[in-house]
Amino acid sequence: MIRSSKRSPLIYLTHATVLFLVILWTIPTAGLFISSLRDKDQLAVSGWWTALSASTHMVVDRAEPPSSQVQEGDHFVIKGNILHGQSGKISKFGYSSLHPQAYKAGEVVSIRNGQTMQVMSNGDYVLSSPTKWLGRNGKRIFYTAEMPPHFTLSNYKEVLGADGLGQSFINSLTVTIPATVIPILIAAFAAYALAWMRFPGRAILVACVVGLLVVPLQMSLIPLLKSYNWIGDLFGVSSKTYVGIWLAHTGFGLPLAIYLLRNYIVGLPREIIESARVDGASDFDIFRKIILPLSFPALASFAIFQFLWVWNDLLVAMVFLGTSPDHIVLTAQLRQLMGSLGGDWGILTASAFVTIIIPLCVFFGLQRFLVRGLLAGSVK
Amino acid sequence: MADVKLTHVKKIYSNKVEVLHDINLDIKQGEFIVFVGPSGCGKSTLLRMISGLEDISGGTLEIDGKVMNDVPPALRGIAMVFQSYALYPHMSVYDNMAFSLQIAKASKADIDKQVRKAAEMLQLTPYLDRLPKALSGGQRQRVAIGRAIVRSPQVFLFDEPLSNLDAALRVATRMEIANLKDNMPDSTMIYVTHDQVEAMTLADRIVLLSGGNIEQVGSPLELYEHPANVFVARFIGSPSMNIVPCRIEKTGESTRVSLSSSEVVEVPIVTEASEQTKEAFFGIRPEDLRVVDSKEQGFISGEVAFVESLGEATLLHLQVKGCKEMVIAKQPGTLISQRGDLIHLAAAPDKMHLFNDKEQSYARLG
Amino acid sequence: MEQLASALVYMVIGVSVCAFYFYGSNFLLDKLFPTKNRAVDIVARNLRITTRIRPWLFLGPAIVFLTFYLFYPVVDSIILSFYGRAGKEFVGLSNYSWLFGNDEFLESFRNNMMWLVVVPTSATFLGLVIASMTDRIWWGNIAKTLIFMPMAISFVGASVIWKFIYDYQSAGNTQIGLLNAIVVFFGGEPQNWISMPFWNNFFLMVILIWIQTGFAMVILSAALRGIPDETIEAAVLDGANGIQIFFKIMVPQIWGTIAVVWTTITILVLKVFDIVLTMTNGQWDTQVLANQMFTWMFRGGGDFGRGAVIALVIMVLVTPIMVWNIRRANQEMEGH
Repeated sequence: MIRSSKRSPLIYLTHATVLFLVILWTIPTAGLFISSLRDKDQLAVSGWWTALSASTHMVVDRAEPPSSQVQEGDHFVIKGNILHGQSGKISKFGYSSLHPQAYKAGEVVSIRNGQTMQVMSNGDYVLSSPTKWLGRNGKRIFYTAEMPPHFTLSNYKEVLGADGLGQSFINSLTVTIPATVIPILIAAFAAYALAWMRFPGRAILVACVVGLLVVPLQMSLIPLLKSYNWIGDLFGVSSKTYVGIWLAHTGFGLPLAIYLLRNYIVGLPREIIESARVDGASDFDIFRKIILPLSFPALASFAIFQFLWVWNDLLVAMVFLGTSPDHIVLTAQLRQLMGSLGGDWGILTASAFVTIIIPLCVFFGLQRFLVRGLLAGSVK
Repeated sequence: MADVKLTHVKKIYSNKVEVLHDINLDIKQGEFIVFVGPSGCGKSTLLRMISGLEDISGGTLEIDGKVMNDVPPALRGIAMVFQSYALYPHMSVYDNMAFSLQIAKASKADIDKQVRKAAEMLQLTPYLDRLPKALSGGQRQRVAIGRAIVRSPQVFLFDEPLSNLDAALRVATRMEIANLKDNMPDSTMIYVTHDQVEAMTLADRIVLLSGGNIEQVGSPLELYEHPANVFVARFIGSPSMNIVPCRIEKTGESTRVSLSSSEVVEVPIVTEASEQTKEAFFGIRPEDLRVVDSKEQGFISGEVAFVESLGEATLLHLQVKGCKEMVIAKQPGTLISQRGDLIHLAAAPDKMHLFNDKEQSYARLG
Repeated sequence: MEQLASALVYMVIGVSVCAFYFYGSNFLLDKLFPTKNRAVDIVARNLRITTRIRPWLFLGPAIVFLTFYLFYPVVDSIILSFYGRAGKEFVGLSNYSWLFGNDEFLESFRNNMMWLVVVPTSATFLGLVIASMTDRIWWGNIAKTLIFMPMAISFVGASVIWKFIYDYQSAGNTQIGLLNAIVVFFGGEPQNWISMPFWNNFFLMVILIWIQTGFAMVILSAALRGIPDETIEAAVLDGANGIQIFFKIMVPQIWGTIAVVWTTITILVLKVFDIVLTMTNGQWDTQVLANQMFTWMFRGGGDFGRGAVIALVIMVLVTPIMVWNIRRANQEMEGH
């Protein structure tokens, strides 16, 4: 714009401020993502930001147990790599907790009774003894190493397999897809009627839709739960079913859907609709052949909204679907994990990322439509 | 094909505003009728009532002798070309033209024949597969017309079809519409515009509307030469007719009036004796005024206030004593004249107009 | 997978039922009152009838859904609020008198009011500032996308994310929560942010602000871009500086949009539930109305009457916005 070209100091300040804000806004999510890729054990003892750079760790680990010893000449030798093949550079090591950094990498150190220990900087170690190694556990080795950043998918493997998150993922999809598609058709017809058909009471209906837009969802829960239970008893079925939650989400999503779509459809050129009418099209024809194809952007944007809303919903799912294993959705599952595994950040961060990955993909893929929909609803 | 007849037609909106009062109009089959008038005069509303897009609040509309008040648009035997073309943006040119026939469940072969015939006529054949957005403004307009032709309607309705085109294209498309009319001499066409040049060039008869009333119906030249009232006189022709207030001095076979500039003119128009001494309006078109050398040769004089040189003609704006409005004289070619010059003007008596105190033309009253 | 397949089948069935209804009802209407190939006066009569009926065919399902899922519950909640635990015995106004004497309610009400003041204001203000700044730099769109991103994240997901920021380990241990790590880095004492009375409310609000700022930014940015350049150029020629232009020329022109953003976030705040439920479940003085209502309804056997009363309070708080919205919509309708 006009001002930016002249006042360069101000524009640098703007760059800096925006950069700062962007970092502020992305750091929480980034932290979660990085944490979910770290080793469980490390998560609990160091901040996630330390995982990004090479860092010096003082670690204690055990060598291979005596059962793996081999006899070389008159010595019994245990060989292995204390870094387990990972890259890293060991600077110092030791054999007792009193002096964990006593020796430089590469030195051959005698422990006692002729036993020796040698740890190379790449982690290879040799334990040698004139007599047979005894005991069940491997010898403890203390070492100080420069470790490069290390990431693993093990948290994800764990949550997707054992902890039922995989099942919840499918449950969430089961809830979300129909609950996104069903309201669109119903809303589109209603929106067209409210935008272009003339009938008594239209203004009142539009006012009702706008009014219902702000009704707190919480109000509906008790009366609906009562109705659901009654219907369930009547037909002898459970009141917590997928069909039930699809219809509930349809009902809750309709005001926004009708409002957004009506705003869009009312903005279509009047002459196109009149022209179709002169061409002999009935309202049903006009809707099918003219309105639906032309409203695609608005339909897409509502679909994204509804998808995000249903996927991210916790309340409706908890009330109308419950938390039994074949019904529990991701958000509810995550909440339960937070309660039961408050300290297990490995599980928690990976689970959280699993729940937000789909919405994030939808968001980044279809952001254009989302923004257009937002604007249709607000800027007039 | 069909006549269109409007009898006592009225339009009252739901908020009780009456926008058309008692419209009576007889349109013969094969006529090209132009509704013209200033914006807000009700010309588009009248057209939309004929099309069926607006309800008729009172009176009757007949097409081909049948009352059409409650008949849906599609069954009135009309086709309409809209100002914004109203092409369906998601359909190809072909589908746009085929739409009405598909709705009417015509056979595929029949649709194809009709569409190709219309496309041929409008030179649209190479564009049949394109979407409207890939066409130029003129081409879009032709598609809109093609869409109308395909329905082979009894009556064509045009709602300001040229106002979205630029000046050069407008002339070309105007000629195309004139050609279209020549090719379909039996179709009735009703055309709405606010542009009097379009009205003059296209119309068999012009319907001039103002404030919800018909001011005059007639051929373009009739409106030009014998305007029924001051409004018509001013609306048709550019620059518009000079109107000078006057008083009737003598009635009879010809009428003598004294202009507000105190000159006296003899006008060859019959007036009744009862009109004696009444206030009236004298009218003369700028192009009918002629610059003369002396006051005696002319009938009105004025000081040049400013001069517009258009090249092919010169417009002199004159301040005439006793007149509030400037008198404009249009002279062919270039005329050297300066502000402040005193100019004398003459005119042929048969070009003069005279309107009574209610602004109605004496010539037509007589 | 089997479940997903059956979900897809249900979806197809659901959509088919909808489509069948719309097709079928319109087909039936056209069959009962044909408007093609009949005498003109019959067509005219049938057409009048169909144009009167058809809107209701289009609106039918929507009206049924809206009535059953939103309108009826509002009415029923009002009735329930006069009944006892299970919604059977009439108790008059006792739920209401209980409510206003209840400390927890007063606490949630106070907290909700704080949320109402802080969150919409901060999110709208930040959104406006960021929108005006990002419009001026070349990588503004990337910045906007990143700031808009939290909008896609569920409240529960956001809670985990922020729990991780607010994590507390006792002094001396390595802090793995970013906030405490920073505090310790600058030589401070680590704090347990979540259980710090009063202030913890604000730490919860930060989460919602983090989510909602992007929404405000996107809408306000579009509004800012809609301001005619001429007005700004005129102000520059009149000698106004950047700040003056922003507050005296640009902001007044987008007041309408700011109001819309503000009210939208306000409505959301009134319904805020997930964040409190997952972060604190209302402990440490962070209770809010929506969560308290949930607790009364579904915990400890459930007391429908009391839950309904709290729901009504939320409804009453929303009503002014509802009225304002309806007025605005009506004004727009008149324009058509």
